[in-house]
Amino acid sequence: MSATTLAGKRTRILGSAVVTWLVFAAALLLWELIAIGADSVYFPRMTAILGTAVDLLLSGPAWRLMLSDAVFEIVLPSLATALGAWAASAVLGIALGTALGRSDWAMDYCGTLISFLRSVPPVTLMPAFMVIFGIGVEMEIAAIVFSTLWPIVLNTVDGVRSVDEVKIDTARSLGTPRRYWIGMIVLPAAMPKIFAGLRLSLSIAILLMVVAEIVSGSGIGLQLSTTQSTVQYTEMWVWVLLLGVLGYALNSALLAVERLVLGWQPTRGDDA
Amino acid sequence: MPTMLEVSGLTHQYGQGERAHVAVRDLAFTIESGQLACIVGPSGCGKSTLLRCISGLIPATGGSVRLHGDEVSGVPGDLAVVFQDYSRSLFPWLTVAKNVEFPLRWQKVSKAERSQRAAEVLESVGLSGVGKKYPWQLSGGMQQRVSIARALVSRPALLLMDEPFASVDAQTRGELEDLTRRVQRDLGSTILLVTHDIDESVYLADRVLVLSKSPASIVADLTIDLPAERNQITTRESERFVSLRGEVARLLQSPQVQRPGEPDPATAESGPGTTTVETGDTAGTADTAEAAARS
Amino acid sequence: MLKFAKGLTGLLGFFLLWEITVQAGVLPDYWVPPASEVTTTFVSLLGDAEFLRGVVATLLAWLIALGVAIGIGVPAGLVLGSVPALQSAARALIEFLRPIPAVALIPLVMVTIGSGPDAKITLAVYAAVWPILFNTIYAFGEIDPVLLDSARATGANRRQSLTWVALPHAAPFIFTGIRVAASIALIAVISVEYVAASEIGLGRYILEGGMNNGHLDQVMAGTVLAGLAGWAINSALVGSGRRLFRWADTEERAAR
Repeated sequence: MSATTLAGKRTRILGSAVVTWLVFAAALLLWELIAIGADSVYFPRMTAILGTAVDLLLSGPAWRLMLSDAVFEIVLPSLATALGAWAASAVLGIALGTALGRSDWAMDYCGTLISFLRSVPPVTLMPAFMVIFGIGVEMEIAAIVFSTLWPIVLNTVDGVRSVDEVKIDTARSLGTPRRYWIGMIVLPAAMPKIFAGLRLSLSIAILLMVVAEIVSGSGIGLQLSTTQSTVQYTEMWVWVLLLGVLGYALNSALLAVERLVLGWQPTRGDDA
Repeated sequence: MPTMLEVSGLTHQYGQGERAHVAVRDLAFTIESGQLACIVGPSGCGKSTLLRCISGLIPATGGSVRLHGDEVSGVPGDLAVVFQDYSRSLFPWLTVAKNVEFPLRWQKVSKAERSQRAAEVLESVGLSGVGKKYPWQLSGGMQQRVSIARALVSRPALLLMDEPFASVDAQTRGELEDLTRRVQRDLGSTILLVTHDIDESVYLADRVLVLSKSPASIVADLTIDLPAERNQITTRESERFVSLRGEVARLLQSPQVQRPGEPDPATAESGPGTTTVETGDTAGTADTAEAAARS
Repeated sequence: MLKFAKGLTGLLGFFLLWEITVQAGVLPDYWVPPASEVTTTFVSLLGDAEFLRGVVATLLAWLIALGVAIGIGVPAGLVLGSVPALQSAARALIEFLRPIPAVALIPLVMVTIGSGPDAKITLAVYAAVWPILFNTIYAFGEIDPVLLDSARATGANRRQSLTWVALPHAAPFIFTGIRVAASIALIAVISVEYVAASEIGLGRYILEGGMNNGHLDQVMAGTVLAGLAGWAINSALVGSGRRLFRWADTEERAAR
């Protein structure tokens, strides 16, 4: 690809990013106007929400990048739980998926079971998790791991099985020893599918984080339920929108990692 | 010259009982060290099965394959294969240099020597300076050069090539053919190349083995007595090339020249020219024979 | 059929393992009731008219929510997928809205709509619309230009090539999106019933079991039923998708 087309592509991407954010700003403005018109306690004005957000989250000392205590005491612990549990489930899921995918018969027996377990609404298992793990962070982690594990397992199985025959023949003809097989052939080939599973389960992790926190009364989930029951709708909106921001940021970060790891892929389409 | 490859009584069938399909039946031939031999046969005649048996990728159901005297069971260490489908054979997650270094990873070769050898072999296939790129960033012909480089980097005793130039355009194909001949002579390697293209087999080889329709058996063993130095234009124009090409084409068309009960032609002596078939008016009918073979 | 039997064996093996671990005391039975007890409760529930009314309410809400999500997701995806400028304009908005979990909107929906069926349908639509939208956008974005060129070469105009080429090409992908959305919608309906304490429904029933001094057999029986329902819906859709779109290999690219 010549330098000029690369540069052209870059301006086009930048241009579309500008448009994207202009539209986003326009949506916020539209909210403001509708909220002024509707004058409802449930839909406070966007300026009010953003103002509260600054008070709530960005009122800390400068040396902490203005981050307030709420960020350190509510947001970061919530995130740590969600990400920690997600990471644990990634390790577990990839290992389990590789084992199941490499076996000729294991998926015949476990496939139905896994799709059954995936269909269980994790929320309704909360009582069981509460009884087993007590109310606290262990229960939250268990709930998140249980619901993020299956998409990772199924995608890994899919990826492991998608290694094409020519690559297997090639690797064999090049004398690849058995012990290098998984690390050098199977997992790299499965990586695109595994990442798809990781991204899906990351959004599930945030969902379950909120659910588990509402049940156990901690973190962002607790804020959501208390602000609602104490009729502080502006503050409630801050937490709701914060979840959107966090989800967006985490997804973008994972996409960046994916681009880095899967840089070898010929066409990385823009994942909407 | 010592014998590099000895195939005897090779038979392979898929499935069992009544549904069994015999892909290769009782094949026997030998390849001398330093030879470039082509196996040519109609599509679907079991060429790929034959190659997979020789390379040890699948165990043959009967007969034996010996590589410099050792019975082949599993893929031998000093054998390399170049597949037709380069886009699936190269590892897309590795750079060109890492792809070429790949077979050296499990040999006692230091990291520095690994990249040194990869760079050398890439240069010998005319690809210096692309080591850091990923395979998809190269054209098809260049990707196949990478596969060839990867096959050569561990200095294999025998290089097997399965329709290596079937997926590239005609121009590139000629370049790769010349490259293969040059590399083979420079490194003194032994190459067994499978193709369905008559012209290609005659142009490339020192020797052409003609296979019959499925189940594959050897119809003829021709020594190609063209000059060692070959040229895409002049060699292909030469009378000898045209007559050899016609001969192969005719053999492919009417494999019944080998009468039942006759000894396998592959075991017959291999003097210059053809061993089993009467030649006839080769030059005059070459075009029609070729046209028929291509249809 | 053999495959089905193997799958069933695996499922039964799981329940057997559950029974054994509880009976052997690895998991105390005041934590998790043994599988046999849950099965007994499960069977008795199938004769419980009130419980069945709840299940029907849940399934009805699920069906409506899925229909509405298809009605919104497919047209929106069609427009966004075929007009690239619009898609890049809407991207940030969509990427921002998608990660907001439906559960986080429960308080809001409860104060505005109440905790009736409207609430759970609204939230299930919100949760289920994304896979349909993304798969539709993807299907229209990824269409091979050669296909469209061939259509144009036969003299088809823009509308005709959309109807006869782009839509059939997109249909399997959209169907996969719908399949994924169906599972999500069911989970969402039950979750909302549970968290928002709806008047009726499977989730409500499970909630009662949890509150009534830890009637975990009731909780587990309801959960198992929810899982079985989700699994049955998914398997049915996978099967009919295979039958409908024999030519396509879309399971490869299931929605993310």
